[in-house]
Amino acid sequence: MSDASVDPRYAPIAPPKKAVKLSWSDPIFRGLVWQVVIIGSVIGIVWYLASNTSTNLANRHIATGFAFLGRVAGIPIGEHPIAYEPSVNTFGWALWVGVLNTLQVSVIGIILATVLGTLIGIARLSRNWLLAKLAMTYVEVIRDIPLLLHLFFWYGIVQTLPVPRAALNPLPGLFLSNRGIRFAELVWEPAHTGAFLAYLVGLLLTVFVSQRATKVQEATGARPAVWPAALGSLLVLPIAVWTMMGAPFAWETPTLRGFNFQGGGTLSPEFGALLIGLVIYTAGYIAEIVRSGIQAVPNGQVEAAGALGLRPGLVLRKIVLPQALRVIIPPMTSQFLNLTKNSSLAVAIGFQDFVSIANTTLNQTGQAIEVIALIMLVYLSISLSISLFMNWYNKRIALVER
Amino acid sequence: MQFRFAGALIAGAVLSLSATAAFSQSGSPTIDAIVKRGQLVCGVAGNTAGLSLPDSQGVMRGLDADHCRTVAAAILGDATKVKFAPVTTQARFTALQAGEVDMLYRSTTWTLGREGLLGTEFASITFYDGTGFLVKKAGGVKSAKEMDGATICVQPGSTTELAIADYYRVNNMKFSPILIQDLSELQGAFESGRCDAYSTDASALAGYRFAKGDKANDYILLPEIISKEPLGGMVRKGDDKFFDIVRWTYFAGLIAEEHGINSKNIDSFTTSTDPEVRRFMGLEGDMGKALGVDNKFAYNIVKQVGNFGEIWDRNITSMGVPRGINNLWNKGGLHYAPPMR
Repeated sequence: MSDASVDPRYAPIAPPKKAVKLSWSDPIFRGLVWQVVIIGSVIGIVWYLASNTSTNLANRHIATGFAFLGRVAGIPIGEHPIAYEPSVNTFGWALWVGVLNTLQVSVIGIILATVLGTLIGIARLSRNWLLAKLAMTYVEVIRDIPLLLHLFFWYGIVQTLPVPRAALNPLPGLFLSNRGIRFAELVWEPAHTGAFLAYLVGLLLTVFVSQRATKVQEATGARPAVWPAALGSLLVLPIAVWTMMGAPFAWETPTLRGFNFQGGGTLSPEFGALLIGLVIYTAGYIAEIVRSGIQAVPNGQVEAAGALGLRPGLVLRKIVLPQALRVIIPPMTSQFLNLTKNSSLAVAIGFQDFVSIANTTLNQTGQAIEVIALIMLVYLSISLSISLFMNWYNKRIALVER
Repeated sequence: MQFRFAGALIAGAVLSLSATAAFSQSGSPTIDAIVKRGQLVCGVAGNTAGLSLPDSQGVMRGLDADHCRTVAAAILGDATKVKFAPVTTQARFTALQAGEVDMLYRSTTWTLGREGLLGTEFASITFYDGTGFLVKKAGGVKSAKEMDGATICVQPGSTTELAIADYYRVNNMKFSPILIQDLSELQGAFESGRCDAYSTDASALAGYRFAKGDKANDYILLPEIISKEPLGGMVRKGDDKFFDIVRWTYFAGLIAEEHGINSKNIDSFTTSTDPEVRRFMGLEGDMGKALGVDNKFAYNIVKQVGNFGEIWDRNITSMGVPRGINNLWNKGGLHYAPPMR
């Protein structure tokens, strides 16, 4: 369409241009004044707080600055995903260990809570009366108990396990004691790395074949079988690589030596209690979000899908969940943020997350304001990253109207 | 017009405030606050038997608690005018810096960093302590040297965690720390067997063991004391007058013990001819005035709370801890007071 063909009746009418008048009755001027006043007072308050703080700190002879980050920490840390030695590493490194511990428990917690919560949310809508009522009871009970009590409960349970000398041994290579869960671990060899890489290649291959199959299906209506390619690239390829590299296979089983088990993998009681507590608590909320999301999909959609001859499983996967996700994602983001922030309750049960290590740092160095600022910065970064990712995902799955 | 009036009012208020500050009686903001309040606010642990723990009547008992009382007796002339503020290991320095408490007697170890960086200083050492280990007898451990690979329960934010890390490093051994902030949770973890040993100042361990009553013999305090932990009274920097009073309150307790003056016999010394005793009793020399308190401050301390040895025996000896280096200098200990003259 060209401009000439626009009906003059529908042409946009430009608002008459007005000069800004220096008068209170002029809305533009009024808006400007308010903005200047508000921004000015915010800057003023921040400046006042900062200068007041620094003056008072100087008056009280309290050292300031971030120089302490470079000093040798000396504080012991029980669980560290990266190498840490109290008498060698610095406070900065110790705090980084804390960040990693927080991320570790948050990421695993978010994944497990999402899986458990989704299962319970779907179970609550089940036609099976017993299952639905059990899921309902779970949600109602778990949500009503404060998280701190959850943590104390699970930590208490773990502590009632026997001492290492009398550890439970339900499966060969698996030991349960009040020092945590010890399990046999595969002795990692280059061949395993090779097999793992082969598996990743296989995964890419499978995705490619599957996408091609979808294209063929869209063009011809018949979907070529994907499973032979999947089987070959996901199972045969890694095994072939592993065998070619010598097929090593050895377990390292935990053995009792001195005070505790040595060797094998370990899950500490503190980490375990924190993870279980966070997952079970957050899953209660996620279950409700999933249920409300599913119920937000109009029943007509399900009926229409049924009328087209889709089986119930397919209806859930292809019709209900994709639409429910749009309702689910925004509140889910809040739950992920909550879980991450709640992980700071680890202090109460002795898991050394970031807050715990930062608190100790604060006390050993006395740099309260700097350390608190660091805590805020770290949580802000983690939370903003989660938000950004979830917002991106939300946009991706948003309803595209055509 | 209105604005000008308000401005004048504010200016007046500021002037009058600065005037009060300039003409304070003692020259010490902390003492002024204590006198005005009629009470010393003393930060204590409040959870450690022998150092500070409320008894069944809710009265704070222990070495730290009694030393708080001596300061109140010196400044206010009444040992009962103390408000005990329980503070955690992690909040204690902030509480002192921010002025929530006037001072700390909170089993706090004197270290260079705490004086150099925190804006605080130590006025006294009331307990020469050290880090020890408590283990269960059933475990069969007899020495800290046998504790390679052990799990140890420690409170975070203490000098103890640093001392243990150093000790294990020096002895080329490994340990796993369990750090729980809440003391009762931490002790619970030790009781349940989550940790092989519970470590803190030996005095606190003795108190913990003693509080077990009949079951005290199920626990062993290992012989090694792995660090120096001089515990004492901590005050804010920049208030020398208050610092002096806290320090000389502690010295007064030592001088009294040295001269055999205690809470029971102190009144019999009013007729003494020994010049140092007479200065101590406030009969001559204006010693109290020099510090800015009553001349009878030392008398009040000993009469109302007791001398250093009495306070020690009441709280620590009763738990079965030998006095050792905490005796007076002339009895093989480290407690030594400069002359009061």
